[in-house]
Amino acid sequence: MAEIIQPRKACSINPLRMSQPLGGAMAFMGLDGAMPLFHGSQGCTAFGLVLLVRHFREPIPFQTTAMNEVTTILGGHDNLEQAILNIRGRAKPAIIGICTTGLVETRGEDMKGDLKLIRARHPELADLALVAVNTPDFEGALQDGWAKVVTALVEQLVDPEPGPRQPDLVNVLAGCHLTPGDVEEVRAIVESFGLEAIVLPDIGGSLDGHVPADWAGHTQGGTGLADIARMNRACATLALGEQMRPAAELLETTRGVPARVFDRLTGLGAVDAFIAALAEISGRPAPAVLRRQRSQLQDAMLDGHFQFGRRRVAVAAEPDLLFAMTSFLAEMGAEVAAAVTSTTSPVLARVPAARVVVGDLDDLEQAAMATRCELVVTHSHGRQMASRLGIPLFRAGFPMFDRVGAAHRVSVGYRGTRDLVFEIANLLLDAAGEGSHAAAQAH
Amino acid sequence: MLKQKVADLFDEPACGVNQAKGEAARKKGCSKPLTPGAAAGGCAFDGAMIALQPITDAAHLVHGPIACAGNGWDNRHAFSSGPTLYRTGFTTDLGLLDVVHGGEKKLWKAIKEIVRRYDPPAVFVYQTCVPAMIGDDLVKVCQVATEKLGKPIIPVNAPGFVGSKNLGNKLGGEALLDHVIGTIEPEDPQPCDIGVLGDYNIAGELWQVEPLFQRLGMRLLGRITGDARYRDVAMAHRARVNMLVCSQALINVARKMRERWDIPFFEGSFYGVSDTSTALRTLAAMLVERGAPQDLIPRTEALIAEEEARVWERLAPYRERLAGKRVLLYTGGHKSWSVVSALTEIGMTIIGTSVRKSTEGDKQRVRDILGDDANMYDAIPPKDMYRMLKDGEADIMLSGGRTQFIALKAKRPWVDMNQERHAAYAGYQGIVALVEDIDRALANPIWEQVRKPAPWE
Repeated sequence: MAEIIQPRKACSINPLRMSQPLGGAMAFMGLDGAMPLFHGSQGCTAFGLVLLVRHFREPIPFQTTAMNEVTTILGGHDNLEQAILNIRGRAKPAIIGICTTGLVETRGEDMKGDLKLIRARHPELADLALVAVNTPDFEGALQDGWAKVVTALVEQLVDPEPGPRQPDLVNVLAGCHLTPGDVEEVRAIVESFGLEAIVLPDIGGSLDGHVPADWAGHTQGGTGLADIARMNRACATLALGEQMRPAAELLETTRGVPARVFDRLTGLGAVDAFIAALAEISGRPAPAVLRRQRSQLQDAMLDGHFQFGRRRVAVAAEPDLLFAMTSFLAEMGAEVAAAVTSTTSPVLARVPAARVVVGDLDDLEQAAMATRCELVVTHSHGRQMASRLGIPLFRAGFPMFDRVGAAHRVSVGYRGTRDLVFEIANLLLDAAGEGSHAAAQAH
Repeated sequence: MLKQKVADLFDEPACGVNQAKGEAARKKGCSKPLTPGAAAGGCAFDGAMIALQPITDAAHLVHGPIACAGNGWDNRHAFSSGPTLYRTGFTTDLGLLDVVHGGEKKLWKAIKEIVRRYDPPAVFVYQTCVPAMIGDDLVKVCQVATEKLGKPIIPVNAPGFVGSKNLGNKLGGEALLDHVIGTIEPEDPQPCDIGVLGDYNIAGELWQVEPLFQRLGMRLLGRITGDARYRDVAMAHRARVNMLVCSQALINVARKMRERWDIPFFEGSFYGVSDTSTALRTLAAMLVERGAPQDLIPRTEALIAEEEARVWERLAPYRERLAGKRVLLYTGGHKSWSVVSALTEIGMTIIGTSVRKSTEGDKQRVRDILGDDANMYDAIPPKDMYRMLKDGEADIMLSGGRTQFIALKAKRPWVDMNQERHAAYAGYQGIVALVEDIDRALANPIWEQVRKPAPWE
């Protein structure tokens, strides 16, 4: 049981956390034909856009209601209406996903009431889905915004009643700790059991870095709205990450689809549990290709464990990613000497560390220094601290703006865990240097 | 107070665009209302940080909820030759309770904590939308902090909703005028001290021209704010001449420095060969006018002749390779015409250039080079840009990161020309680097491979 520490600091130094609406916008980007819209000042969108473009190296559709000083006083209704009409006219999306920001939340906008009025005034928008979520910047973190949007999508876009069961259909609710590559891997695993998977949100379809045949002002690829609607027919919902529990439970209580939560898919035992569940749901045994991959993972653990044993590691990430990475590292024999996260979550108590600080990268740096950590695991903003501490940085999570291929990093499933063992072991090998004890063991 | 400041900035007498307007248009100011759902670009807070954050030894504290700093810290490539404190992200990270009860106390504690732990020469404190709305008196907190802590704690009052990035640049400049410039006297003022305004040493581009200054015996005394220490800004009022690099961004600072300290200024650029030469020539002439030794002028001419000869010699091999290649140039302001002139010199064809942030003077220069304004665009919709590239109307696009993927998805080469870029293209050396990058992009063998259809197509 980790002790959860929430320091009340006046000054956050080198933030780990990003804003709730940014997570919301990212979740909307996992839908096909989507345009995320921030209800706030143009800067709110611009900062998020730059970060997303740097991470994914993709064109990112992302708009703003462009609130200014006057409209902030008078209210944002007109801006919201104009933004929707302009986006509809220019980008022609199937869905506009609206997230509030600190600015409109401080003023206190009745966004849902506004949307009703806009709908009534513009019957021509009938075929345009509008989903709006309250995501004030001054609460929560990226992961919370993502989770809220997925819950809202389930609430508003899945057909309201339990549907006729389709025994080979499963819903996969994917948390923000998964990369497009992870999502693709999960889909492949599920489909290898002869099941059809509706993944929500499917950033594996939209943000995986592909070359579309033509230019579009909205997302291309991702979960289709028609597929979301029929999620009420699935025989099970697989919720990936604790953050997806509320949305999965909503599907269960209102649409009668039984939910199973998998708090992580990294690590031999965790993947075993997932495979066992798929075997049970499909009534089929695990396919040969997965059995082979499991064996490869076992071998990777045997080859790689020399590098991990008793290594002191500092990890900072959003709760579900923190849980996945720290559990994996502990299972490989490393000691999680410092753990920092961005927001509260029930999963934090199960992080294999003495304490988890809800804090910033400075908290991580101080703790890593005090415990003489040998490896840092966090997003790209950790590169300054890693170089100050003189230890290697393994980049994990969002944003990863100083690497190409961030979208295709896979760390789920047997194959993903296998590659993760190799990547981290190699990083530690490099750091140990030629001729060291660790290097000698690897020869 | 902020309102008055914004109104004054919009009526900038030294601004070419503003001067060209009639009385009524001038009164309306230059803030184009943004179109909701069709806007792009940063806010005033973003602009203020861009202008001030290159002060490398200062702490930069963002007073606001996590979005303002958490989503945007450490996102630019302003280089430092020493201190790294400017790259540390500081924010009060306002939560719900702060929004309800006010964030002033938290702000004061944060400032105190930064001063205690890092002891920087100054702390810049940035206002954002939420604390501005709940009425946090940033100016007052900074004033009290300055008195109690005995070092400059500088309020930067540019909350995002007051306007664009450009307005934020200017508001950042105002903070320097109000609190920094003129507060420290240089120990050894010299007749060849110069100031450079509006260059942020992105990717180290200032370092490409500094050696030229040094060879001429010019000292870069005032840095606003590329690779600056706090002192370099505080002493900037003793520069003999100011060069204003990004004219639209800090013109208010240049004009007010002329009024307060009699420092003449000129607008110039270090992009392109002829611009660099013109800038050096103008600096020399203005310094001599203010009492620098007469021989500065012939020495400058000698350096220009030497450097130009060298740069054309280095560009010559590219002329053959690049002649006739068609360029789509999509960038703002002064960069367009000076780059246009350099690229046409080596025989490239400009099939389109954007002039969206350019002044009338900038536009005229482009017209002079290209013959007419047929290929000048205010803004090109992404879809049209994509088509121009996909259909092969252009062989390469030079633009900023935001439009990068329009070119790449159309399977056309692209070179980064904007603020966030990693390569430095200033001065004589810089234009050679740019042309080399263009050549390297065009010559890459991937283009042919990725354009080939799949075997099943």
